[in-house]
Amino acid sequence: MSDIAISDIEAIRSRFQADIDTASDLSSLDAIRVSALGKKGEISMMMRGLGKMSPEEKTVMGPALNGLKNDVAALVDIRKTALENEALDAALASEMMDMSLPVSRKNGTLHPVQQVMEEMAVIFSDMGFSVAEGPDIEDDFHNFTALNFPPGHPARDMHDTFFMVPDSDGQQKVLRTHTSPVQIRTMMSQKPPIRIIAPGRTYRCDSDQTHTPMFHQVEGLVIGEDIHMGHLKGCLMDFVSAFFETDVDVRFRPHHFPFTEPSAEMDVRYERDGASIKIGQGNDWMEILGCGMVHPNVLTACGINPDVYQGFAFGMGVDRLAMLKYGMPDLRDMFAGDPRWLGHYGFSPLVQASLESGLS
Amino acid sequence: MKFTLSWLKEHLDTDASLSEIVDAMTMAGLEVEEVIDPAAALSAFTVGHVLAAEKHPDADKLKVCRVATKDGEQQIVCGAPNAREGLYVAFAPLGTYIPGADFSLDKKPRKIRGIESFGMMCSADELDLGEDSDGIIELPKAEVGAPIADVLGLNDPVIDFEVTPNRPDWLGVRGIARDLAAAGIGTLKPDTIEPVQATIDNAQSVLIEAPDACPAFVGRVVRGLKNGPSPKWLQDKLKAIGLRPISALVDITNFMTIDRARPLHVYDLAKVEGSIIVRMGEDETFEALDDKTYTATADDVVIADERGILGLGGIVGGESSGVSDETADILIECAVFDPLTIRRSAKRLGVNSDAKYRFERGIDTGFMRDGMEMATRLVLDLCGGDASTVDVAGAIPAEPEPVTFDPARVEQLLGFTPGDDEILRILDTLGFKKTGSDVPWPFAVPTWRRDVTMQADLVEEVARIAGFDQLPATSLPAMPGRREPTATLTQTRTRLARRALALRGLSETVSWSFVLDTHADAFGGGDAALYLDNPISSDLNVMRPSALIHLLLSGQKATDRGYPGAALFELGPVYRGTEPGDQSLTLAGIRRVEPGRDWAGADAITALSAKADALAALDAMGANTDNLQLSKPTGDYWHPGRSGRLQMGPKNILADFGELHPRVLKALGIDGRVVAFEVWPESLPAPRNKAKGKKSASKSKGALALSDLMPVHRDFAFIVPDTLAAGDLVRAAKGADKALISDVSLFDIYTGKGIEDGHKSLAIDVTLSPRDETLTDSQIETISAKIVKAAEKLGAQLRG
Repeated sequence: MSDIAISDIEAIRSRFQADIDTASDLSSLDAIRVSALGKKGEISMMMRGLGKMSPEEKTVMGPALNGLKNDVAALVDIRKTALENEALDAALASEMMDMSLPVSRKNGTLHPVQQVMEEMAVIFSDMGFSVAEGPDIEDDFHNFTALNFPPGHPARDMHDTFFMVPDSDGQQKVLRTHTSPVQIRTMMSQKPPIRIIAPGRTYRCDSDQTHTPMFHQVEGLVIGEDIHMGHLKGCLMDFVSAFFETDVDVRFRPHHFPFTEPSAEMDVRYERDGASIKIGQGNDWMEILGCGMVHPNVLTACGINPDVYQGFAFGMGVDRLAMLKYGMPDLRDMFAGDPRWLGHYGFSPLVQASLESGLS
Repeated sequence: MKFTLSWLKEHLDTDASLSEIVDAMTMAGLEVEEVIDPAAALSAFTVGHVLAAEKHPDADKLKVCRVATKDGEQQIVCGAPNAREGLYVAFAPLGTYIPGADFSLDKKPRKIRGIESFGMMCSADELDLGEDSDGIIELPKAEVGAPIADVLGLNDPVIDFEVTPNRPDWLGVRGIARDLAAAGIGTLKPDTIEPVQATIDNAQSVLIEAPDACPAFVGRVVRGLKNGPSPKWLQDKLKAIGLRPISALVDITNFMTIDRARPLHVYDLAKVEGSIIVRMGEDETFEALDDKTYTATADDVVIADERGILGLGGIVGGESSGVSDETADILIECAVFDPLTIRRSAKRLGVNSDAKYRFERGIDTGFMRDGMEMATRLVLDLCGGDASTVDVAGAIPAEPEPVTFDPARVEQLLGFTPGDDEILRILDTLGFKKTGSDVPWPFAVPTWRRDVTMQADLVEEVARIAGFDQLPATSLPAMPGRREPTATLTQTRTRLARRALALRGLSETVSWSFVLDTHADAFGGGDAALYLDNPISSDLNVMRPSALIHLLLSGQKATDRGYPGAALFELGPVYRGTEPGDQSLTLAGIRRVEPGRDWAGADAITALSAKADALAALDAMGANTDNLQLSKPTGDYWHPGRSGRLQMGPKNILADFGELHPRVLKALGIDGRVVAFEVWPESLPAPRNKAKGKKSASKSKGALALSDLMPVHRDFAFIVPDTLAAGDLVRAAKGADKALISDVSLFDIYTGKGIEDGHKSLAIDVTLSPRDETLTDSQIETISAKIVKAAEKLGAQLRG
């Protein structure tokens, strides 16, 4: 059966191509595919005719028909992809959303005092300190007597102590005026070497722009056999530069605290620039913490032999250091719970102080 | 403590400048608070000379003056009645700031009634130099253009510094000079006190009946003197440091107080009857020299005569025996009082005085006789009279105990030594005399340094004077061995919980540990023992039982200011008693039920929002929140029907949450509704690997067994009474087959058409997770039957 000439094949291809190109949707395209390549489709039927051909005809017509079949199938696929894309594009064109609409965002913050306490803990952790804690309501022994404040000594007046009402024996507990009682509790319960920081709430009966009746301290205590005052200087100089995240020039001035001897205050160099304060530059000095070598009487009161052990202690106001570092003008705002203040000075909950990525 | 530079130089031979002296004080521990240089405030004012003063043509009270000034001849219009030709005046050029009037002159000449005025002639008032504002200052003849500070003798800077309580010797100028000499800023001038020759007998007897409170009373009589205003040099000295001159005798005692930290008292003998008796009070009332009335009890040491109380010893004298211009015969008291007694009395009576301030810190017992001699000399010089012999009643306290000192301790404690020679120089200059050559060195402690009782005190003196800048800065050596975490378990946990809450939109605050008592009562606190004796204010008078109180108040304040919808939390202590174990840590938060408006519909804020907050915090802290039991909070500040408690076992309470009781909110003045939670981080048990100690501190998480089999879901709808907690149904379903049921979730709650009143329909999705083989239909049927049976025990019926 040689009624199909090789020359017809090109005409068939052209006809199908024209049909495929003009198919307007997937179903009409499929009808064309069936009419060409389906079981009874035109091309399928022609291929069936191959069996009756002479070997010579087959050699010519076989590849030609196969080529036709593959070409038409490919044309159908291409057209099908094109039609599908058109249909998707048309569908998406109606799926518009207003991208300017606001979305819900949770914006809680963490308090700067807590942030700064974490920053301090990170720095002291790196120096091998661990954290100790104690109660806010203290007895006279832990807050004063064991710290070498003799009963009735004028140094007690400097603390503006809050007293609890007297108990049935007439004894009055106090709100701790510093976290030093934690040092006492630690020394009475641990053996040297000791290296602790004691963060927490402290209380003094005073209120103005730079004093609040409640504030926070981080105190440190280092006791060993050969800890000298040079270590005190080194430790605090290392701390203050790490904390302010800049090179800070410091000086140590003699001072008096009953529980240390020698006692010192550490000043940092600073400059006032309008309302803001720049630490580490300028010509003025600002006191930022008190420190000293632990008084032998304190060691003795805690059962530590001052002929064998010595060491240093320091204490700093967390809130005040937070103000200096982060520029809050008034200490009292720290504790007012004003959501606007918290939003402005608070820290993102994803901030985690670390030495590896920075403190804040 | 205030003193002037010139006063210091009476004791200290030095060429150092003011700033060098101030720096040296600061670096030796005398913390300078303020340096007042009166010349600085007056620097713009110079001497002018009025060449002519004529009446203003258009004003009766004004004069037009021609004045010679540093800027040449100027025309100045002046309203002072005393403006006249020949006067030397304080001239202020145009643009000068006038301190007493707090304004600045115009920079351009101003016309006064048509005549230009080129500056101002000032009154004392306008220069902040005191009264006398009837007219302009009349200066003594001086060179035109000279600074008026020089002409008025106001060029003596005043230094004010903080005296630490351990150093009463710094309460006298000579003590300051001694420390500055040790610090290398000059040389202490020798003390030249010559005893006064007695010309009469001391007939005034002094009896000490309270030797504990007053160990010694050195007394001397001076007769036939004339009291009156003290000379100008003494008045100027006192005025410069803010003391008011009164009379020669009083001024002498004030001078001794400031110069030598040696308080004295002077009695008018005409007003004293019989012996002076030092005894404890007998509930006597007297009028003191500070114009107040005090009652002395048996706790107070008093000076009395045979009629009664004359004054409070060491604190304040009485009006009845005070000196006046008529005084002719006096008794000078130079005593020592027990610091504690003085302090207790002054505190109880609310008295402060320069004498009290020194006695409560301790005076130099080695200067009692010399102090008397020095004071007598001044009395004789200024007031005349005849001095008696000196009598000592009681016994002057013994010298302080000597201290031994091993110079090697300096380097051990400081990491530095200035060397033995410098150590000795420092201590010697401060008055510590070495009394032997063997190590440890013995040192005599001067009577003005009773704060020094041990070797460490001397090391401090060496460090202080040598300077802390000499010490090395040595970083701390690493601690040996493995490092435990710095933070406590609770700190680590709460850090995470705080972050979880902030991520849920709550902002962290820190608030007072004390609250108003009625607020504490509303939250189940207000125990009598938790009241403060001296609260900072009456609305912060008791320790708080809950952190919610201040959160609620802050939230209300924000709403009142126009910022509604506060969502706040705090991590902090609460108090049930005054013992250390009575304090616990709470993580508390509130959300005001004031949802914002949102195009997509704002999240509803309900008691369950607070539950979600509490669970988020507990989850962050590592609690196994799936296995917590739900019960009712016991505090009656919670809404009875909209609150819950999460606990582990019957006793361990982890959190309360829900809506706050409207009655409690009302008691605190809170408008609207508020949901809240209180989480107790310390109640959460330690994770097993921490609790058991280091040996089993494995961080390994255990093997994970994953099944290849598909989970099967089955839905059930049950009709249950309204009162049944959905959680109970879920829990019952979960417990029906613990091996196969991996999850039960509630996906619908329905009431209304088709459901009987008082009932609701709860729909749950049960997930079955086969482990070994695919479940057959009959296995699934069996489990379903178990679930239905478990639900039926709760009164549930499978919905048909």
